[in-house]
Amino acid sequence: MTSAPVAPRLSYRSVTLLFLLLGLAALVPADLAVSALNPASEFRRLIAGSLNPAFSSVDIWSIVWTVAFAVLGVAAGGTAGMAMALVFDKFRFIRLGAAFLRSVHELFWALLLLQITGLSPATGILAIALPYAGIFAKVFAEIIEEADLAAERVLPSGTSDLSRFLYARLPVVARALKTYTLYRLECGMRSTLVLGFVGLPTIGFHLEAYFKQGYYAEAAALLFCFYVLIGTRRLWARPITLPFLIIASILVLPAAEGNSSTWSNLSRFFTHEIVPAPLRSGDFGVLSALDMLGSWAWPIVRHQILPGVFQTLVLAQIALVAASLLALFIYPAVSRRFLGGGGHYLGRALLVVVRSTPEYMLAYLLLQLMGPSMLPAIIALALHNGAIAGYLLGRQSDELAFRADAPMGANLYFYETTPRLYGQFMAYMLYRWEVILRESAIFGILGVRTLGYYVDAAISELRLDVAFFLLLAVAALSMSTDALSRNLRRSLRIDTLPTRLSADKGPSTTLAADH
Amino acid sequence: MANVITLDSVTAGYGASPVLQNFSLNIQQGERVAIMGRSGAGKSALLNLIYRTYPGQVALIPQASALVSNLSVFHNVFMGRLDRHSTLYNLRTLVWPPAREIEAVNQVVDSVGLAGKLFAKAGTLSGGQQQRTSVARAIFNGRPIVVGDEPVSSLDRVQAGEILRLLSEKHETKIYALHDIRLALEHSDRIVLIEGGRIVLDEAARRLSYERLLPHFEAELI
Repeated sequence: MTSAPVAPRLSYRSVTLLFLLLGLAALVPADLAVSALNPASEFRRLIAGSLNPAFSSVDIWSIVWTVAFAVLGVAAGGTAGMAMALVFDKFRFIRLGAAFLRSVHELFWALLLLQITGLSPATGILAIALPYAGIFAKVFAEIIEEADLAAERVLPSGTSDLSRFLYARLPVVARALKTYTLYRLECGMRSTLVLGFVGLPTIGFHLEAYFKQGYYAEAAALLFCFYVLIGTRRLWARPITLPFLIIASILVLPAAEGNSSTWSNLSRFFTHEIVPAPLRSGDFGVLSALDMLGSWAWPIVRHQILPGVFQTLVLAQIALVAASLLALFIYPAVSRRFLGGGGHYLGRALLVVVRSTPEYMLAYLLLQLMGPSMLPAIIALALHNGAIAGYLLGRQSDELAFRADAPMGANLYFYETTPRLYGQFMAYMLYRWEVILRESAIFGILGVRTLGYYVDAAISELRLDVAFFLLLAVAALSMSTDALSRNLRRSLRIDTLPTRLSADKGPSTTLAADH
Repeated sequence: MANVITLDSVTAGYGASPVLQNFSLNIQQGERVAIMGRSGAGKSALLNLIYRTYPGQVALIPQASALVSNLSVFHNVFMGRLDRHSTLYNLRTLVWPPAREIEAVNQVVDSVGLAGKLFAKAGTLSGGQQQRTSVARAIFNGRPIVVGDEPVSSLDRVQAGEILRLLSEKHETKIYALHDIRLALEHSDRIVLIEGGRIVLDEAARRLSYERLLPHFEAELI
């Protein structure tokens, strides 16, 4: 008797349809209005400004500090992440801790840290270092786990753990760790730029003011400098220059504003401010405490968390579908196979510029142009994530082995490349799902009523207990999305496909793990 | 002579259908044993079992050379003795090898025919050179029993003979999986033939001949 082949429980088709339908359904409650009075004329001013960048107005120190915060934040996060990665399989609390650290966006960390370390370099560095440590821990642990460990099995028994690691593991993974860390520096620069929007003295600080006042020529000049920095990263960020970069970054750090004590802030933060308000007096029994906690928490859940989660999911779903469609549509523009004659270089350059543009800044800019609604956030998320996935798919399509008589054009797209890339495409997009969700929560700060909106409101009212409770909800939402995404990938049997391409294929293809 | 390897009715392999079932084998100190058989017969499973059962006495030459390709030949060979030194010393040797280690390793590297390659990256070597490096690591390891899974498969018969002779000098007891019948007859005292996880022939090499062994491999040769 022959047994029937076992079909996976979920097919590419059913999952695709489900996500598409959910994305369409999410359009119903979404606010997609363009409320600006004259977006077209504002847009023309934007274009005119970008064509005449005013380089004389560029504040050099904001660029220096952007690099310094990024270098130190990534260095600290990378070091802590490496330490966690080494014991990642051994301790559950390390895995959970790393998951929590990376589930809270760097802007939320910055908003929280502003309450403790104030407007100081420590806030900027820690806001990067904390979430990045969580990301580094996971990715480093994966790199180490995936490494070819044949040599380690041959080591004489009795070799110490550290010697084992230094001889038979570290040399095997060193290249991948290096490439990934330097790539994260690029992400760190984007993150630090965005920290300027909440008041730290980085590029974003000036960009916010420029965009608000419509000074597009000045904004364009600053942004061009940023693109040049990102574009030349491989020239100035190398293993050999890293020690100098770190020392120089420490030397140029700005002085902290104000003179309140970090330690007293820290202890007040943990013992008073994030303790739910009704419990602060500490003068009651356990039962009444639970009772009070319940009557404190329930209105927050009902009026902030539930509507916030709903709006976050709506935004993320539309953005995910839009980014997926964009990625599928755009990838031939990056592919040598489709766009011969060097055209694919142009496509690559364009997508690299789009993905180097911090999505938060893009959303902020679009908000100024189009007026408040969900639309700017959707466009920003779709462009950024679609560009990343489209770029990776395009590069991958060039690595497929085509038969000599493969069709051309649309037939090639529909019959050869897209079907073969589809599993990989779904792996990328399911992976980016959680990234998009975290970003969706953050865009609340811009006025969309996602979870971030309530976090921002609570912090500006100095109700840090509420803010912290909301952040726990953000973390829970993002961790459960991550778990759901992993389960889906497993059911679809695409969980072994890389979401982070191997480092040996060149640094430009290691983008997918970008958070 | 005393037994150095004693396997008594052991079972090894993966999951529900073990490769070796109820397997017994004794090997005496000083013996040169060739393990032969078609691919999939259980040779590698047997060698891994021996390595796992006597970890402190065996220097292993695995089938794939199992080198760290980013490290030099020196470091790959030095790895054979990581357990004899403190972690600090190993760390120091990784960064700045002491002269006496360089000399000791160089001697072994020379003897396997890799003179001049001491600080070449293992990843840049040819398959045969990588196999020689793997052999050098086992010699430098210096444990009394050497277990080699096709240790000379990438070398021609003359080179292979030299390497096997060298291993014989350096280790007391030698156990190799070999597929080359003539090489096995010439370089072993005892031949153990495995089929389907069982020993079908266990005989002194001098009482065997090429013609006698050939039928066991013919299917594979055709």
